Amino acid sequence: MRISKSIYLFFLPGLVLYSLFFLYPTISALFYSFTDWDGLSTTFQFVGIDNYTRAFTGDSIFQKTIGNNLKFMLTVVVFQTLVALAFALIVIKNTKTNVFLRALYFFPTILSSVSVAFIWAFIYDPSMGILNQVLELIGLDFLAQNWLGNANIAIYSLAITQVWFHAGQMLIIFVAGLQAIPEELYEVAKIEGASKWQAFRSVTWPLLAPSATIVVAYTTIQSFKAFDLVFAMTGGGPNNSTEIIATYIYEVAFKSYQFGYASSISVIFMVIIALITYLQFKALRSDRVSY
Amino acid sequence: MLFRKFSLLIYALLILIPLVVVLLTSVKTLQETFRDPLGLPDGGFNFDNYVAIFQEQTMAGYFLNSTIVTLFSVSLTLLLAAMVAFGITRMNTWVGNVLFGLFTLGMMVPAQVIMVPLYSLMLDLGLTNSLVGLILVNISTTLPIAVFILTGFMKTLPKELFEASTIDGAGNWKMFTKVAIPLSMPSLSATAIFLFVMHWNDLLYPLLFITDNAYKTLPLALLEFQGQYSTNYPMLFTGVIIASAPMVIAYVFLQRYFVAGITAGAVKG
Repeated sequence: MRISKSIYLFFLPGLVLYSLFFLYPTISALFYSFTDWDGLSTTFQFVGIDNYTRAFTGDSIFQKTIGNNLKFMLTVVVFQTLVALAFALIVIKNTKTNVFLRALYFFPTILSSVSVAFIWAFIYDPSMGILNQVLELIGLDFLAQNWLGNANIAIYSLAITQVWFHAGQMLIIFVAGLQAIPEELYEVAKIEGASKWQAFRSVTWPLLAPSATIVVAYTTIQSFKAFDLVFAMTGGGPNNSTEIIATYIYEVAFKSYQFGYASSISVIFMVIIALITYLQFKALRSDRVSY
Repeated sequence: MLFRKFSLLIYALLILIPLVVVLLTSVKTLQETFRDPLGLPDGGFNFDNYVAIFQEQTMAGYFLNSTIVTLFSVSLTLLLAAMVAFGITRMNTWVGNVLFGLFTLGMMVPAQVIMVPLYSLMLDLGLTNSLVGLILVNISTTLPIAVFILTGFMKTLPKELFEASTIDGAGNWKMFTKVAIPLSMPSLSATAIFLFVMHWNDLLYPLLFITDNAYKTLPLALLEFQGQYSTNYPMLFTGVIIASAPMVIAYVFLQRYFVAGITAGAVKG
């Protein structure tokens, strides 16, 4: 069937905006990454791959941010996935209480990062914070800490906040995945005398793999992009101990006006994200189980 | 069994206690908070912080800016994304596939990657310190995910419906407004909620493009309260409550749609 040419008009407004405000900046990030542009002057020089050499060999802060990003990512991925899965298994049935609890656990997801940052700044506050008070109350005052001020643990404190923020959302994805597993499979397992753990290992786990991959993939990407939360809670400090790639790009571009160098870090960031997405996409494909 | 119930309770408290503390602190004075951060206010609840924040800050203005930016960003993203999705679905040729690929490519590029060149583009176009500028950027950066979700949905609609309307002599635009849009309502509303939460809470773009108080949105204004009020948590939490109120009220009434919408965005994004 012939479709009239006017169909092209449907793409026009979307494509114009997308090209101007998204594709063009993406490509020009690549272009500027080979220059020494400061973002203000009208002229700049091409510096070849100098910016990239500097990022990988001369910039210890950048290398530290990659390490921080990995610490943050691993902590969030492990804890968020475990919490979400463990609780999804408990609240899987659609009883009234479970529906209510799922809605409650999901609640933080709708808040803004800035709100979550303020709430957790109060929880972590060294003098009047909830956390230290609770520790004192249960006789564990030796654990009391300056949670965001101690350079050794600040990045993990942020990671815990991120888990509080988004675990409920991942829990919902697991519940949806679990509810899609046919009840009969559990009955068969029961008839064959499988224990609860065996049923989990041979029925739930393999059939849950697609949801698990989605959760892990999404959590990983989200933890790389956690700009808002980190920016609002610590601004990268103390002593760059919570600086992640995203906040560092902002720092380099808008605090020290090295747009060219910031662009090269952006390109490296893009490559890392693309690589992770590709690997996880491959894993997702191979994990598909049919029943 | 008991252990399970205990775990559920602990997790529920981990969510509830901070929220209750936020509410309580907003009706306490700073002195009361310093003396007893978790206790009830000894002078009774008072709403002075709410009065003060509206007097000291242009709260109503921030609120209005957030509302304008969110409403226009959500509705225009939906309209443009639905048009693109409709085009891709109808064309069904390699051109359509290439365009679909081009748009979905955008889901892989995090917003932080383009902040530097986007900033200089906005300066050149004179779109900094402008709500229109914010709205245009919001639309462009959320088009990929919206196109992806809506195309996925429209492709499942039976082709016969479109063909029947062609025989009736309906042009593309009529087919779009009379057939595609009404049938895509479930997907459109889920995407709307996802976008609504995202745009209302966004910090990065206002942070980059807005310096003039007259154009600040709630998250950016809130962030700057921190510089002003430091550890005056009663004031900060009053700000948090005002900024979150519309989202929380909507969540209470449309809970199921929120969960479905935000999760769809996560799974597909």
